[in-house]
Amino acid sequence: MKLTHVVLGAAAAALLSSAALAEEMTIVSWGGAYSASQDKAYNQPYMANNPGLNIINDTSSNEAVAKLRAMNEAGNVTWDVVDVVASDAMRLCDEGLAMVIDPDTMLATAPDGTSAREDFGDLLVSECYIPTIVYSTTFGYRTDVKAWGGREPDDICDIFDLENFPGKRSLEKRPINNVEWALMCDGVAPEDIYDVLSTPEGVDQALAKLATIRDNVVWWSAGAETPQRLADGEVVLGSTYNGRLFALIEEQKQPVKMLWDWQVFDLDGYIIPTGLSDERKARALDFIYFASDTQRLADQAKYISYGPARKSSGPLVGKHATLGIDMAPHMPTNPVNAVHTLLYNFEFWADNRDDIDAKFQAWLVK
Amino acid sequence: MTDMTAPSGPMLAADGTPLKQSLARALRRQKRRALMLIAPLLLFIVVTFLMPIGDMLFRSVENSIVPDTLPLTVEALKDWAPSSGEAPGEPVFAALAADLKIAVAAKRHTRVGSRLNYETPGISSLFRKTGRKVKKLKEGDYREQFIKIHKGWGDVAVWETIKRLSGKYTTSYFLSSVDAEATEDGVRMKPEKERIYLFLLKRTLILSITITITCLMFGYPLAWLLANLPMRTSNLLMILVLLPFWTSLLVRTSAWIVLLQQQGVVNNVLVALGLVSDDNRLDMMFNATGTVIAMTHILLPFMILPLYSVMKTIPPTYLRAAKSLGATDWTAFWRVYFPQTVPGIGAGAILVFILSIGYYITPELVGGTSGIFISNRIAYHISSSLNWGLGAALGVMLLVVVLVLYGAYDRIVGIDNVKLG
Repeated sequence: MKLTHVVLGAAAAALLSSAALAEEMTIVSWGGAYSASQDKAYNQPYMANNPGLNIINDTSSNEAVAKLRAMNEAGNVTWDVVDVVASDAMRLCDEGLAMVIDPDTMLATAPDGTSAREDFGDLLVSECYIPTIVYSTTFGYRTDVKAWGGREPDDICDIFDLENFPGKRSLEKRPINNVEWALMCDGVAPEDIYDVLSTPEGVDQALAKLATIRDNVVWWSAGAETPQRLADGEVVLGSTYNGRLFALIEEQKQPVKMLWDWQVFDLDGYIIPTGLSDERKARALDFIYFASDTQRLADQAKYISYGPARKSSGPLVGKHATLGIDMAPHMPTNPVNAVHTLLYNFEFWADNRDDIDAKFQAWLVK
Repeated sequence: MTDMTAPSGPMLAADGTPLKQSLARALRRQKRRALMLIAPLLLFIVVTFLMPIGDMLFRSVENSIVPDTLPLTVEALKDWAPSSGEAPGEPVFAALAADLKIAVAAKRHTRVGSRLNYETPGISSLFRKTGRKVKKLKEGDYREQFIKIHKGWGDVAVWETIKRLSGKYTTSYFLSSVDAEATEDGVRMKPEKERIYLFLLKRTLILSITITITCLMFGYPLAWLLANLPMRTSNLLMILVLLPFWTSLLVRTSAWIVLLQQQGVVNNVLVALGLVSDDNRLDMMFNATGTVIAMTHILLPFMILPLYSVMKTIPPTYLRAAKSLGATDWTAFWRVYFPQTVPGIGAGAILVFILSIGYYITPELVGGTSGIFISNRIAYHISSSLNWGLGAALGVMLLVVVLVLYGAYDRIVGIDNVKLG
């Protein structure tokens, strides 16, 4: 009996004391190497500056939009800061689930005095969004394919060229990016792509072009699938996020190279959910101020090959923390890699995403 | 000396009331007592299970966001007919201005824009752009001002959508879930290229039935073995059957990908043995075959366990008796043993079928394009497109199909004929 009492008492004391000491904050992100890089560049330094604060990392960003809506309806928002891509942020902003951010008062200025608004520039695509990185969806290809006879793809349209570059491809199981590449390789000028896509005939044209390689395509829905398939030899060309390909090539030393031609830029960053109490909101804003300043964004580039969203962070990007290689050549924003790029057209896809996706999925299953 | 002739009048109980009434009262009391005993559990299930699911399914018809956010516009639109061929007149736009001013202040205008965007693409940016300029609207001449802000306001299709979705309840989600759409001339099917749900529903049912049959084919002999071996061996084998349950689902699914993909283990072995040429490797993954194989592996325990429980209760003497009466092995099995296991087959089949209809993780990973289920689309609508109304409508459709099949099963086999042990 006495031992039970002692044990119970000790447990209760431990619980109470830990509750009293630790303030907690939940930050949601995507998991994997990306979350690890954010943890090292933002979360750990912030916790070091704020002893007594514990940051809990959640990896549900994939379902963040649906979960935030459910939390909002239940009146109990348990997340403090959420990492989402720009299109999700716009959707959340539209639904009133993300807080409006004023860059002039809530974001840090650059060390040389430029205002946050200018430093982020055009990347402030939504009034609720704080972009932190620019990543791109681009292709990787195996370098040891015998059937290619020593040739290497250097043009996006080589994806559709089954004669010179036979083999299986890995494309994302959604129309975004795929229809743009298809139209470009079907003769549509880049500046006309979205006008063409606004018409049903344009969508049909894109799907017809995709149909020419369809039997050779394995479709992916998670970013880790293409690197795995490239490593297995299951596919010879595959699209995914550039940071994943960096990990595959530089860290895992697989015989794969990057095809940067016509990479599609997208943004990843933070939103603060609405419905937080005043103190949690203050804490979240404080974290955002710290995590989105110039040095922090440059620090993240030490761990993963995504470009910082601020212009002032670019020159500060240094070497990889463990591999010691220079990160600048691996940034999607590097001028050598960014000869031809597309910026994800947020307005167009916010409007047409559901409609074109329905057509794409219907085409895909038949 | 007792009077054995026909009774005079209704039978009476000991206290004088008619027996029928007394019996009915006693039964009622019994039922009430039983109900009181299960009342807490019933309440628990209603609150935690039926109500949330009912709330979710109710979203398939709910449309109060439009009349609540745009009340005056909805009222003013009653006098406008889409067949007039042009956008409505000034009173409707004046009502819209009034509604939007309130909605923008409450930050609800983009929500209704998103909802209307599910019907007609383009409306979400219409509301978003207009919302930014609503404060600068001047009194009077609203029609011209709105069309200048965004020419979509002059589009008949936009106003026809708003008018069609003016009510508190809507059938638009259910129509979409059966690949139909409502236009001014009534309901018609969507163009061929946009039809997907009925096709997916059919494929889901066919693949689920296939999976049930393969589970039965593999599970029945295994259950027989487990039921008829001596206890110790049987327990050991049982652990092996249950072992997959204790492994993560994603790990099992990924293992199948590694085994069956074109450069995977099975294909490499076959090529090494010379049975398959290198350019002609078997295509067993990222298609319906992959889905069936992986799902059979995952759902097999659900078939084996009910079958095992039922087989355990069948005395072995029946088979011996049949053989002693001269039956061959096959006849003894088919005519004596098998009919006694039918309840177990029923239980296992229902379990496997209903589970496989609702599965979406495994088909998503291994199904490619020809092996995905309708549940994948439901998951997409809940997580990504946030079109919960359509997700709920598809869910209701799935529920109705399962209930119909359950009813058919009841007619043919009989629900009382299902035993779990």
